[in-house]
Amino acid sequence: MAPADSPANQEAHWNKTTRLMLTYLGIWFFFGYVVHMFVVPLNKIVIPILGFPLGFYMAAQGSLIVFVVMLFLFARQQNQIDRDHGYAEED
Amino acid sequence: MATETTTSSTDAFYKQLGRMYGTYTGGFVAFIVLLAILEQVGVPNKVLGYLFVFFTLAVYAVIGIATRTAQISEYYVAGRRVPAFYNGMATGADWMSAASFVGMAGSLFLLGYDGLAWVLGWTGGFVLVSILVGPYLRKFGAYTVPDFLSFRYGGNFARFLGVIVLVCCSFTYVTAQIYGTGIIASRFLGMQFEIAVFAGLVGILLCAMLGGMRAVTWTQIAQYIVLIVAYLVPIIILSTQHYGIPVPELTYGKAIADIGAREAQLVKEGLAVLCNKDACPPGTLRPHIQPFMNYTPLNFFGIIFCMMVGTASLPHILMRYFTTPSVKEARDSVAWSLLFIFLLYFSAPAYAAFSKLEVYTNIIGRDLNTIRPWLFQWGELGLIQVCGKNAANLQAVLDACKAIAGHPGVIRFQDFVINTDVIVLSTPEIAGLPYVISGLVAAGGLAAALSTADGLLLAIANALSHDVYYKMLDPNAPTIRRLTVARVLLFFVACASAWLASTRPSDILAMVGWAFSLAMAGNFPALTLGIWWKRATTAGAISGIIAGWGICLFYLITSRYFPQAGVTYFGMTSLLNPETGKALVNVAQIMSDPKWIADVPASAANPLANRVGWFDLNNINCGLLGMPLGFLVIYVVSLFTKEPSKEMQAFIDEIRKPRGQTVLVEKV
Repeated sequence: MAPADSPANQEAHWNKTTRLMLTYLGIWFFFGYVVHMFVVPLNKIVIPILGFPLGFYMAAQGSLIVFVVMLFLFARQQNQIDRDHGYAEED
Repeated sequence: MATETTTSSTDAFYKQLGRMYGTYTGGFVAFIVLLAILEQVGVPNKVLGYLFVFFTLAVYAVIGIATRTAQISEYYVAGRRVPAFYNGMATGADWMSAASFVGMAGSLFLLGYDGLAWVLGWTGGFVLVSILVGPYLRKFGAYTVPDFLSFRYGGNFARFLGVIVLVCCSFTYVTAQIYGTGIIASRFLGMQFEIAVFAGLVGILLCAMLGGMRAVTWTQIAQYIVLIVAYLVPIIILSTQHYGIPVPELTYGKAIADIGAREAQLVKEGLAVLCNKDACPPGTLRPHIQPFMNYTPLNFFGIIFCMMVGTASLPHILMRYFTTPSVKEARDSVAWSLLFIFLLYFSAPAYAAFSKLEVYTNIIGRDLNTIRPWLFQWGELGLIQVCGKNAANLQAVLDACKAIAGHPGVIRFQDFVINTDVIVLSTPEIAGLPYVISGLVAAGGLAAALSTADGLLLAIANALSHDVYYKMLDPNAPTIRRLTVARVLLFFVACASAWLASTRPSDILAMVGWAFSLAMAGNFPALTLGIWWKRATTAGAISGIIAGWGICLFYLITSRYFPQAGVTYFGMTSLLNPETGKALVNVAQIMSDPKWIADVPASAANPLANRVGWFDLNNINCGLLGMPLGFLVIYVVSLFTKEPSKEMQAFIDEIRKPRGQTVLVEKV
């Protein structure tokens, strides 16, 4: 049973949502920017078999894969938060 | 809500979607096979090309006409019933433009690692869409982005600013798409450019005018399927030919290693001069994987940031998430969108690597008489130049190189100039594939340009008809008149941008990049603070939009069109060469040259245009100035003005909870 729509519940829901937002923005910032600041040292590492220098690979594929995966995870976790607080849409 | 009632027949339609688009994909593959057979029995290439283009255009038009609608909510937001998966596909087509399809691989070819700033920027922005903006706007229940601004920031002035920002970003962008259709059709089909532009216009109008968002959605899904098949097929075949594995995204690592080895060899043999700390003029070799030779780190990360935040601010993307059945599906849909977009973007660097390896091994350093013939076709069109002349045929190349004193008789790195569009378009020929694959690529490029143009046109026409006409001029207009006005406006906006495209404005492709910075500076602070900060006030938002967007626009216009004034009055200085750190242009010398003193507004040839600025910041990154200023102004002015009313704060709470009715309800 969903908890009542009290101000406390509302605030708890929004606090959790904000925390999730900041977590994911942190990951986004790390893979969008921070990792590419180290491209020169990372390029010294070559991925075995495939032959990509790691710094190049992160910008061409690695970060992109992280973005896609994190969006699916985010959708799932935010939905869970909404459900826990009784704010999910009934379908 | 009365507008969202479903009937059993439309339910059946949604259940059948998988089968319908499955059949469509199968039909498309069968069509390619049929054309391949026609090619084998000797049907000329030109006929095949026309068949490709007209058949695909006809399919889009049929979908557009079959899904026409006379309902307001169907016209503006496709009835809010598009499932997350399909909306993701439609967003993919909406997002990936002619620049992504044709231009991106070429930029990666030219810029090497630095070009990846665009790949990162044009994907990572969807993270911001999902986390910060999209689902909340869906819950709000807007038809357009200015709808939200008006509601949140009390009134039509905020709406009006939103419309100005929207039209300004989207109009140049749509013109670039129509220009793109002209380029693709004229290169592949030998159509005259202007005729091709207007043929594209007809295609767009047939899709968007009758059915609005509903028709555009179902057409964009069809266009996504065409464009992704067309993008992946040539490079999968090429990868299988060279490395025996049909996954180019994995095999191009080897090509990158080979490119590196070949670059060192070219330099050693004296066929190329390496760009280095002392001198890095155009025509010097910049190693493919070496970072920050084309962009300084500031501009590299600036492009990533501006493209990402711009993604989360562009109205034609945000409005796609107004069409999902629920907030939950809006979030899922952003994830699907990025997956579908990712398929193309993580393949683009493979195109660049394979083409570069081909050019470095089979053209540069080759005896002139053994050049591979695929390049002559592009040389004929003026897209590949060798020794300063169009490489139309072997004789032209031989003559041009002979005219250069001391030429060694093999093509050197600095002798070879390629238009970036050629990279994707020529890959089928490099791989020695039949013409039918080239036709497929042309159809894919057209699909990319048309689908983006559809979305943009709809964004503009909807803002003008819904926000300006209905909300500001005639709030009592009946449904029929609203829809008629929407369609008439769509028609005129489309014709205006086709006309502008047909004049071939020189800056049109650069303007696509500018649109991101402008959208970011104008929309992002007001949208995110409107959702995430209850204290943001009307006065704050309005001054923030004006300040942030204003400074961005000022920086763009001054550094591009009035660089002399920028230097004289606003303290702008020359941008720096990323490798040597020296000034790109000698500002004092050009400022005193009578030839350029009179060049106001500066032409594209003016050496100062786009090469002066503040803090060595490329003008495409003007959002880096505008967005922080926008946030700051909204914050400060909001704190100085009265807190928003209790009702408004309650509405913001409502937007933050997925459950329940949309905040804004259309009266029927």
